[in-house]
Amino acid sequence: MAFYFSLTRWSLFDATFIGFANYKTFLSDAELLTGLRNTVIYAVLTSGFKVILALPLATLLTSASIRLKGLIRSIVFFPTLASTVAVGVTFTALMQPSTGMINTFLHFIGAPQPDWLGNPGLALYSVAMVDIWRGIGIALVIFMAGILSIPLDYFDAARLEGGKWVKFRHIIVPLSRNATFTVILLSFIGGLRSFDLIWTMTQGGPGFASEVLTSVIFKEYGAGFFGLSTAGNVVLFLLVSAIAYPMMRFFNSREIQL
Amino acid sequence: MNVSRRTSAVLADSATLLVAVIIYVIPFVFVFLTAAKTPAEAGLFQFNLPDHFQLLKNIREVVTFGDNKMLRALWNSTIITAGSIVIMIALASLVAVVLQRRSDRVASIAGAIMLAGLIIPPAVVPTVFLLQRLGLFTTLLSMILVDVAFNIPFAILILRAFVGTIPRELDEAAIVEGASPLRVFSSVLFPLLQPAIMTVVITATVAIFNDFVGPLYFLPGANNVTAPLTLFSFMSQFNSQWNLVFADVVVVTILPLIAFVFFQKQLVSGITSGAIKG
Repeated sequence: MAFYFSLTRWSLFDATFIGFANYKTFLSDAELLTGLRNTVIYAVLTSGFKVILALPLATLLTSASIRLKGLIRSIVFFPTLASTVAVGVTFTALMQPSTGMINTFLHFIGAPQPDWLGNPGLALYSVAMVDIWRGIGIALVIFMAGILSIPLDYFDAARLEGGKWVKFRHIIVPLSRNATFTVILLSFIGGLRSFDLIWTMTQGGPGFASEVLTSVIFKEYGAGFFGLSTAGNVVLFLLVSAIAYPMMRFFNSREIQL
Repeated sequence: MNVSRRTSAVLADSATLLVAVIIYVIPFVFVFLTAAKTPAEAGLFQFNLPDHFQLLKNIREVVTFGDNKMLRALWNSTIITAGSIVIMIALASLVAVVLQRRSDRVASIAGAIMLAGLIIPPAVVPTVFLLQRLGLFTTLLSMILVDVAFNIPFAILILRAFVGTIPRELDEAAIVEGASPLRVFSSVLFPLLQPAIMTVVITATVAIFNDFVGPLYFLPGANNVTAPLTLFSFMSQFNSQWNLVFADVVVVTILPLIAFVFFQKQLVSGITSGAIKG
């Protein structure tokens, strides 16, 4: 049904069949191409960094020497539950170029103070950073569950062989592979589909610098181009399935049994 | 030597964790402090204690602003969340039992379609079109139905895995006693599903309450505003009154905070079990 609508032109309530023209318009739009590229960059960055940051943190928190681990896990986990809009508003304030806390701190230590959301070259990455901040909590609990399911014999063996690095590099990284796959898959799909944070923080701006597929789709919808908007939805659907299904198959084929 | 190395390792770990905690705690403290300030002070975005602590006054102002718009939004959000949770649990637990207990083609195809629902992005225009045809567009009921549809695949996933842990002998015993299929469900399986249902209820409550995109597309209109949307519109209206914007952040975050304080275990288990099975 969605596919049929994407082939039509809408004048409020009736639709005229116009073939693939919507796709042509949609795909020849410069704004859209930026959006497409940004969507992929955003998904790759957020899913990558969630793994890179959450796995070591999960390792630290599951190791026995740390007290307060429950408390720390809770603190990192909480942003996941807060409304994305609230997180976006908060960081918009923190990232204010002249008076925001982040730049005040950078000024204090003598580092350069970029205009996080106003600089076209930086806005997308700033939003991605906030997304990573918010999403580490989920990655963390998945990794902790993964690490806790590794049989203790492996850790005993690692203790004989060497120190912490051996344990991390040769036990935890390979044996929590299933958790890693899950985190990548979830945050990649989430990254391709994400909208809330970008819309609250930059609305795709400045200019079209941080436009992603979902924000283009919403703008087309808001402007009344329903066919065009649906064409965008179909493109997004194809993109998500074209990436998610092969990823899932690959991950399933390489899943390990403990 | 060994002791000192161990001490320094613990110190390094603690330092890492301290940095992590700081990065996570400061934004929330900042929200709380700014929400308690006067407009002039809040506009400076400084991280300090307010001169006049007026959190309650600010919250009252936000809640009563624009003809109690905020109360309306909280009410709408509550209705939508409660309504969709009730419908979703009723449907999802039935579907989960059937999908888990049957192993024929129909069940496996239905299961695959449900799983696809986890990944496929929602198609907006066809949904709006359908809701218009049904005469439901811009009603709270339509939002409830949409939320049920969006969230039910996840609910079924978790409940189905849980039904798998209930021994079949229990159903068979009930059938031998002469119970009808519906009776087996209502008297045997449904009560045993409680822990998993609890997990789904809490996870979905937070997700639906915080949903921003859904109401943005499917629930236009001033009277239909929901909690996260107030925040979005306040941000543009109050851009010189950041204390009110952040007071709104506090109001909107109260429900997730309660869920977090009391039900963290269910939330974590909801996320990990859903993630690992999916």
